Amino acid sequence: MSQMEGRASSAAPVLRNVLVGMLVVIAVVLQLSVAPAFAIRGITPDLALLVVLAVALSRGGQAGLVTGFAAGVLLDLAPPADHTAGRWALALLIVGYVAGRVREGSVGESRSHGGQGRPNATTVMATVSTCAFIGVSIFAVSGLILGEAPLTLLPTVAISVGYDLLLAPLLIPALLWLIGKGDS
Amino acid sequence: MSLLSPRPSERLRKGLEQRKGPKPKVRTPRERLNRRGSLETKPGGGGPKRTWLIALILCCATLATLDQTPVLEPARAAVGEVISPLETGAALVARPFTDIPEWFDTRDDLRDRVAKLEAENSTLRRQVEVTDYGRAKLAEYESITRAAEDLGYSMVPARVTAYGPAQTFRRTVTIDAGSAAGIRSDMSVVTGDGLVGRVLRVTKTSATVLLIVDAASVVGGRVGGEDRSGKKSGQVGMVRGSGVVAGSGLLTLDLVDRSTAPLKGDTVITWGDGRAAPYVSGLPIGEVTDSFESVRDSSQTARIKPYVDFGSLDVVGVVVPGGTMSDRAVITPEGELR
Repeated sequence: MSQMEGRASSAAPVLRNVLVGMLVVIAVVLQLSVAPAFAIRGITPDLALLVVLAVALSRGGQAGLVTGFAAGVLLDLAPPADHTAGRWALALLIVGYVAGRVREGSVGESRSHGGQGRPNATTVMATVSTCAFIGVSIFAVSGLILGEAPLTLLPTVAISVGYDLLLAPLLIPALLWLIGKGDS
Repeated sequence: MSLLSPRPSERLRKGLEQRKGPKPKVRTPRERLNRRGSLETKPGGGGPKRTWLIALILCCATLATLDQTPVLEPARAAVGEVISPLETGAALVARPFTDIPEWFDTRDDLRDRVAKLEAENSTLRRQVEVTDYGRAKLAEYESITRAAEDLGYSMVPARVTAYGPAQTFRRTVTIDAGSAAGIRSDMSVVTGDGLVGRVLRVTKTSATVLLIVDAASVVGGRVGGEDRSGKKSGQVGMVRGSGVVAGSGLLTLDLVDRSTAPLKGDTVITWGDGRAAPYVSGLPIGEVTDSFESVRDSSQTARIKPYVDFGSLDVVGVVVPGGTMSDRAVITPEGELR
């Protein structure tokens, strides 16, 4: 779907959408194959969520929405997954949406204060923690509603958010740089 | 202009797009970008649109609903076909990095692990060491069970706990079953191999057994009880002990009928009426090694090699009448525990 959006303009947006797509696939593959080696009590970092966040922060809510949905569907269907499809899709599209709103808010604000128009580090970290919490919670609660998750959600969600926060300072700047590179 | 307040512009763009499609939306930020000459100054390249949000959420709901049926299985399979090789490759490439968490094992962790493994090791070694003994014991219990089956008597299993000293010149052992186990004096004691002796006296928890190799022991014996060719008529005699526990010629058989000489290798079994003490009938004693005639006594004597190794008695069975009340399991003639 992001492809379609890209084709609307010139060749460069196609390229950058391909870049985002590749980032999403790489994140999903790494999250499923490599991240479990670094799991804390079985909880792996949500790399796909961070990629969606980065896309939403640099491109806005619309791109975040679509990327989140695509990454979520991929996570829902990729091999070890056995949960009801659509749970990660819902969680990540909301994450993309919320992060996009935060970005618009912060960009507008910084512009009005004569800033550079880029969300600053504090905003990014606040967004990461909020969105990680929202995303993991939506996934967990939807599991609860569908009867697929145990009742002791909070420790899992807390560790997951903590892990994402830990990785965010390492990954988000690199991802923003990469996506910015693709946008230029 | 609209940079200061993104919301009106967003609404405007939304209206635009509804009429003309996404083209103007994407082009507008690019124009702005070029004018400013900076990467970061693009305003929200397409702010989130309610319709998209709602549509995609509905998509999620549809997916979740579809997943209740097997409709999504082909999609799952297709994604798996593509993603699985990537996952395998990534895991392969990342193996050096996935080992990194092990680098942070502390010395204490490793020491703990070594201690745990050493403890486990010694436990396992001890188990291995006693395995042979356990297996031998099991074999003896099994042979007792088999003997009960073969001989058709009920038995109480017991273990030899003490040997009488040689300087008393009585060949006795103590077993760990007594009157509480249903044992009375004059009962026969056997192993899986054959006759051991008879119970001399009983306490509540133990019994003293007179071995058949004792010099004072006399057992009624019958040669060739298991008559094969019909030639042997089952001569009877008295089996006496020699008083020594090991070596050859432990037992001698004095035959009543001196005109017949038992052949080497003939089996000697007990004779009796099957119910009465001291010895029930049909218990194997040993086999004939040689025989000689005593002119003075006008009798025929045969040397018997007992089946039982009296030097290594461990598990024995005491032949008890059927229906004996016992504080331990009784092996029935059917080979079952009762």
